[in-house]
Amino acid sequence: MANEAVTTSMKEPIDVGGPVHAQPVRRFLSRRVVPRVILVLMCLLYIAPFYWMVSTAFKSPQEMTVFPPSFWPHVVAWWNFRAAVTYIPFFRFFLNSVLITAGMTIGAVISNPLIAYGFSRIEWPGRDALFYVAVATLFIPFPVVMVALFDIFSKLHWVNTFLPLIVPTFFGQAFYMFLVRQFLMGLPKELSDAATIDGANEFQIFVRVILPLAKPAIAVVAIFAAVNAWNEFLTPLIYLNSDRLYPLAIGLQFYRATHDVEFNLLMAASTMVVIPVIVLFLLFQRFFIEGVTVGSVKG
Amino acid sequence: MTRTTRANLRKGLLFVSPWIFGFIALQLYPIAYSLRLGFTRYSGMGSAVNIGFRNFVRMIHDPLFAQSLYNTLYYTILAVPIGVVVAIVLALAMNQKVREVSVYRAALYIPSILPIFALTFVWVVFTNPKYGLLSYIFTVVGLPSIDWIGDPHYTKLSIVILAQLGAGGPALIFLAGLRAIPAELYDSAEIDGAGSFRRFFAITLPLITPVILYDIILGLSLGLQVFTQAYIIAGGSSNTAGPLNSLLFYVFYVFKNAFQYTEMGYAAALSWFLFLISIVIALGVFRWARHWVHYEMH
Repeated sequence: MANEAVTTSMKEPIDVGGPVHAQPVRRFLSRRVVPRVILVLMCLLYIAPFYWMVSTAFKSPQEMTVFPPSFWPHVVAWWNFRAAVTYIPFFRFFLNSVLITAGMTIGAVISNPLIAYGFSRIEWPGRDALFYVAVATLFIPFPVVMVALFDIFSKLHWVNTFLPLIVPTFFGQAFYMFLVRQFLMGLPKELSDAATIDGANEFQIFVRVILPLAKPAIAVVAIFAAVNAWNEFLTPLIYLNSDRLYPLAIGLQFYRATHDVEFNLLMAASTMVVIPVIVLFLLFQRFFIEGVTVGSVKG
Repeated sequence: MTRTTRANLRKGLLFVSPWIFGFIALQLYPIAYSLRLGFTRYSGMGSAVNIGFRNFVRMIHDPLFAQSLYNTLYYTILAVPIGVVVAIVLALAMNQKVREVSVYRAALYIPSILPIFALTFVWVVFTNPKYGLLSYIFTVVGLPSIDWIGDPHYTKLSIVILAQLGAGGPALIFLAGLRAIPAELYDSAEIDGAGSFRRFFAITLPLITPVILYDIILGLSLGLQVFTQAYIIAGGSSNTAGPLNSLLFYVFYVFKNAFQYTEMGYAAALSWFLFLISIVIALGVFRWARHWVHYEMH
């Protein structure tokens, strides 16, 4: 269905403005009704997999085998959620995910504003050239350095700890640096001048004057860093190798440790993994949209 | 250099020093180090044994290397253009002037921030031939039931479709691009009698070419790195990567060599090749973009 409907909706000529001199009824249809019908259909397409996730999460094992599948479970199996958290050490994995996310978010929030300040509020020779180098590193895919980094971290005895996941975030990430820098460049220079006259040194200006003003940009960094850390898969997969340390990203695979996959439990667990991200979005919608948009200023 | 310039240089470097350290320790050095490892046989323990160009010669004769490269390019070539078109369509939808548009925007955007590992599990259940909604709809409509993750002909296409759930992210960037287009342009086109189709191709599309370039670059980079979906569908411990190795993507093959076959030297050589491909493709796209990207929009 997804493929089918995606291609059909791609052919749909979506009306941007609508004709000006049209008849009232036609105008009502083309401006109010048609866009809504298309939008609702597109949203249904995007929601369908998640609807199926939740519906499957509440199905009993017997109902799983019924064909045609029921759209909503006849018996709502709430207990799937209890079974899901005991089938694997769910809360241990959840806690690990939270710890990793917290560490990576703190790293991003501390390092990126500091670095972005040096790349924007101080004029020094070579600054912009070096910043372009930083932006260019966005194009280095992580797998390129994966093998070498693993060997380096394993020689430091950091493998099977959270350190290789968290420590790198304290050295800045190009995308977040870029985002904060864009914001800091927009603040008037006079702010810093006034503080200098008052005898503040550069670090005091950063902490007392600029950081409080940069809160919206820092919030965007924090939210994106948190979501990305929560969603991270490849790095925990290579650096961690004990049940005690796995985040949910790795832990969810244990629902199919035996020959048969416990699909309803897996979907119950997936629902619980997805909910924190959706809640975060609903709480901070504005920041998500700002963050994505800043990234578009330059490719 | 005046005294203030020198003082500023010192201060500036001090502020960016965490990045400089990270750039050297986490990027430059590992790239150089993996080039060195690429010339060795190394299990990850003990010391690396120099074997000259043997890893690179091995790549040329390795059918799995060829297959992983083929699978990755197949996926990328399909996923990038489809991704751009879907993102533009979503952006046009998000730009509709209806009162409750923010609800639609949220519904179309949220899937793009959800973890791909969870999305893949959901996809596996959604497309399951026995209890998936998708296959049920296919049978109701009278289409042949397709095993989206079990039939090697469809596995890659299936991941391309799955990736479209993430199109809401780039769509927001396109939306920002759409809103930056001055309304007067559309008004005068309308007076000239241009229909909505014509207006889209004559005004909208040329003016969002910078965003299209951005999305292509982003998509290529993600496409070359595609891994998680394949790893989850194939099951990490299995010997093949999906049916008939149809999901053996390049990074999956690097991963297998490094962490399952303890062939760190060969894996390093493979990752260096990925580095070269990424650079060549990015430069190629930027060169090509000169012919079609319009920058007149301030």
